Amino acid sequence: MSASNLIQDLINGILLGGLYALIAVGYTMVYGILRLINFAHGDILMMGVYFAFYFISAFTMPWWLGFIVGIVGAGALGFMVERVAYRPLRNAPRISSLITAIGMSFFLESLAVVVFGGIPKSFNLYPKFFSRILIIGHTRIQVLTFFILGVTLLLMLALVWLLYKTKIGIAMRAISVDIPTTSLMGANVDNIISLTFIIGSMLAATSGIMWAMRYPQVQPYMGFVPGLKAFIAAVIGGIGSVPGALVGGFLLGMVEILIVGLFPNLAGYRDAFAYVILIVLLMFRPSGIFKVYSEQKV
Amino acid sequence: MSEILKVEELNVHYGAIHAVKGISITVNEGKIVTLIGANGAGKSSTLGAIIGLVRSKKGKIIYDGKEIIHMRADAIVKSGIALAPEGRRIFPNLTVEENLRMGAYFRKDEKGIKRDLDWVLDLFPRLGERLKQMGGTLSGGEQQMLAISRALMSDPKILMMDEPSLGLAPLLVKEVFDVIKKIKQEGKTVLLVEQNAAAALAIADYGYVLETGKIVLEGKGKKLLESDDVRQAYLGVTV
Repeated sequence: MSASNLIQDLINGILLGGLYALIAVGYTMVYGILRLINFAHGDILMMGVYFAFYFISAFTMPWWLGFIVGIVGAGALGFMVERVAYRPLRNAPRISSLITAIGMSFFLESLAVVVFGGIPKSFNLYPKFFSRILIIGHTRIQVLTFFILGVTLLLMLALVWLLYKTKIGIAMRAISVDIPTTSLMGANVDNIISLTFIIGSMLAATSGIMWAMRYPQVQPYMGFVPGLKAFIAAVIGGIGSVPGALVGGFLLGMVEILIVGLFPNLAGYRDAFAYVILIVLLMFRPSGIFKVYSEQKV
Repeated sequence: MSEILKVEELNVHYGAIHAVKGISITVNEGKIVTLIGANGAGKSSTLGAIIGLVRSKKGKIIYDGKEIIHMRADAIVKSGIALAPEGRRIFPNLTVEENLRMGAYFRKDEKGIKRDLDWVLDLFPRLGERLKQMGGTLSGGEQQMLAISRALMSDPKILMMDEPSLGLAPLLVKEVFDVIKKIKQEGKTVLLVEQNAAAALAIADYGYVLETGKIVLEGKGKKLLESDDVRQAYLGVTV
């Protein structure tokens, strides 16, 4: 493998990893607070992409405005899913919310098939200059790559700032170890949980839209594989830990791309690597890379 | 002397368990009132019911002239009651400073928050040395200090404390009880739940003795301390 190929692979790995990481954050934040794996997360991502698609193509919005509206729409959807499906079950046995999450996932996918149709649609809705290719040395890089990397990095910095430097961020970290005690601080627990769903859904939709720009297609099941991979990334990082989700996402994306780059014969097994990594990790370090404080027992 | 908190005929159920059976207590403003009794007497359930963490309850809880039994915990805390809960329950993944900021979560008066922060760090200077340390790395005694300080950061009218001396070394127990007296001197009302009956009654203005969910004895702190029943049952003195 030549040096320029390696650089290309590294860039692609970071890119894919960043997209996984943005989705993984939503899984890990929700799990941290509610001990719930939100299986509908990938489908909220898909809905966000459809929202953007229709606002741009049917309502002739400028591409950037359509993207923003799609992302906000996904946030609203995440809010509603929590409000309608998960909040009534907050004190129910965990298996009930888990089954509800799976049901919500199927519901959103089926709804998309009925409303938007099952046939994949082309997502070539962004300006042509994104498709231009820059040649740096011997490496060829699309402008889109820089755009995605920039947005990803910016959002991650914003997220870390929110979580570690603002009052609401402190509350989001507090609530992830102890919900009743957080309410003893005079904080409205329901609002903090809603906000967590909104932020997680918006990050996932942003990732989904950038995914659709890179692999320019939108279809009702497009959230499934990225969602599953991002979930694995969250487990690798230590589910419940936001830094863990970011690191896990990058690690998974990088490994996937590099293995295919180094062993092109294995390209067909690309999706299997994520599961192999997961199985090996669960054998040797089941809690993931980052330590997470578990709920204190009374 | 005005009543700031009045609990009437409070009942708490956990499924089939009837934990609190018709308790009535009165807390006067600016006083230290204590509930003492053995494990399972219903002391923590009473505090949980007052603060709104326990939902299945009946009776009346009048705070500042208003019925609060149906209010949510966060609204009750905002109205001026704070709880330093049993087992401290500090946030182990937040720094000491962030724990204290959480205590003042709903407050907007930056000046008042700063003043209260200086005050609690004056009460417990050791916390000041550990502001940037994670809550989970503190010793048990320091965690208790943090739990009390965090509750005080909401600038409550009533501070409720659930077993603040539990698991502390004797010297620390003395420090904590000295601080409770100082909190009273600031004009705050204290409702203290304790198993350490001797220490609690020594500083309390008024006390209630609970047994299996009922009040069996009440009176001024010093009187209870001298009563034969209390001495025999809780202080291990044979009469």
